Amino acid sequence: MSDHDYQPASKLGKWFNDRLPLLTLSNHLQEYPTPKNLNYWWTFGGILTFCLITQIVTGIILGMHYIAHSDLAFESVEHIMRDVNYGWLIRYVHANGASMFFLAVYIHIFRSLYYGSYKSPREVIWIIGMIIYFLMMATAFMGYVLPWGQMSFWGATVITNLFSAIPFIGESVVNWLWGGYSVDNPTLTRFFSLHYLLPFLILGLVVLHIWALHVPGNNNPIGIEIKKPSNDTVPFHPYIVVKDAFALLLFLIVFAFFVFYSPNILGHADNYIEANPLVTPAHIVPEWYLLPFYAILRSVPDKLLGVIAMFAAIFVLVILPWLDTSKVRSAIFRPIYKQFYWFLVADVIILGYMGAMPAEGTYLLIARVATAYYFIHFLFILPFLGKKEKTLEVPLSIIEPVIGGSPKEAMAKFKKEI
Amino acid sequence: MSESDKKKPNRRDFIVTATTAAGAVGVGAAVWPLIDQMNPDASVKALASTEVDISGLQPGQSITVLWRGKPVFIKRRTQEEIDSARAVDLKDLKHPEKDEDRAENPEWLVMLGVCTHLGCVPLTDKGDYNAWFCPCHGSHYDTSGRIRKGPAPTNLEVPKYVFVDSKTIKIG
Repeated sequence: MSDHDYQPASKLGKWFNDRLPLLTLSNHLQEYPTPKNLNYWWTFGGILTFCLITQIVTGIILGMHYIAHSDLAFESVEHIMRDVNYGWLIRYVHANGASMFFLAVYIHIFRSLYYGSYKSPREVIWIIGMIIYFLMMATAFMGYVLPWGQMSFWGATVITNLFSAIPFIGESVVNWLWGGYSVDNPTLTRFFSLHYLLPFLILGLVVLHIWALHVPGNNNPIGIEIKKPSNDTVPFHPYIVVKDAFALLLFLIVFAFFVFYSPNILGHADNYIEANPLVTPAHIVPEWYLLPFYAILRSVPDKLLGVIAMFAAIFVLVILPWLDTSKVRSAIFRPIYKQFYWFLVADVIILGYMGAMPAEGTYLLIARVATAYYFIHFLFILPFLGKKEKTLEVPLSIIEPVIGGSPKEAMAKFKKEI
Repeated sequence: MSESDKKKPNRRDFIVTATTAAGAVGVGAAVWPLIDQMNPDASVKALASTEVDISGLQPGQSITVLWRGKPVFIKRRTQEEIDSARAVDLKDLKHPEKDEDRAENPEWLVMLGVCTHLGCVPLTDKGDYNAWFCPCHGSHYDTSGRIRKGPAPTNLEVPKYVFVDSKTIKIG
């Protein structure tokens, strides 16, 4: 690659770069050859980086005013809302920022599923991404406990009790997690400590995620290997930077709508009641981004198996690169996979809805069918489909169908789609 | 080196093995305090027992007290409730326990108000058995606090308790 030969223009730059090649890195990031056909679904990586930085900055500020103690936490949050200058704004950005972060990460993951970005040679990028996603869920869960409202307390009780399903040592593990015999002050203080730590671990993993991405380079909507740099690529700066910035702007409109016009719509009214260990709210519902997994947990009638199913739902995603046996990456050239993809999207949305409903009657039945389908999709349909599906013909390069001269039908079809 | 020399452990192998073993023990010893600090501490353990005045309870009434941060249900059962709990066939139970073992003094039922599914507090005088019902995931308990329907795996736990005198129960 050309950036290895990079030489800074100034003498000082050269002196510094010989000792720490930061300018070479910066040059690499600017020149980084990117497929020229990336669409707007590819802008969510940048949006997610923005979300992470926003959460870290607002979180550090909230940490200056918040008090991690079971007697004071609830009031300190109200203090932030009422007394601290712009405290309401910073807290609403942080709370809704978590939801926006998950919104963006779900789009990012489903983009990868559609265009086959998890396939060889990008498995490590995908697995790091899944670890980030898992840590995001842990961080969001612990953050939700900190205001010490009713949903905080009972959400923490239900989720930590998942570990009591472990045979023999379950109860000791839960007492260890709690630092007592129930969710209480020791639990709150350790959650605060870890909630502060995990975003920095995520930041480190994001660096690895991008590093791993820059080895093979970006996947693209038609999912083919491209020569880099070539007629098929553009430099990251300014082309992708500008496109990412424009997408971020649109995303911020949605973000701002929630923060300024309906800051509590994604939360639960019960969390404005201080935690009370003697009264459980009528319906304990996790935040919307965890609902599909919650539905899977509840749809299994056995405690241990329910917990296993929930974690397995995440684990099948981790091993996805080996479950999907198709050599063709993009769903554009996989007519049958494309349909199953949309079934999966619908299935996850249905699971999310069922997770918010009481676990009884028809709701429970639908949740069970949707849970079964979720696993069938990954464990049976994908391995089988990859071997049997008749895929459309894939173009040899990005520009080939555009500059014409190709008699192949698949390429003509592709032309229509762009 | 010949083949036989390669296979025979020498003094360097001994040093590597011994160092690794000692290192593993050392790391383990150093990490244990970092893990154990999260276990319930001395101040939490010190609050291990609590005394409750039960003189004001009429048959059919119940109170909830806090013990170790968890609710404890103390119910003075009516004769009807005792009879229905004792009439149950053990074969019908998911977690078979005799009511006689759960409430030695049949009038008084003392148990943790913590659903054995995922730790919510069940509601009193609710559910299919008009006893305890957990609103979180729909577990029904009978008048002896035994699981009869729903996802909870076991009966509501009976803590250690003693009658200090006719008016007082000591839990823990």
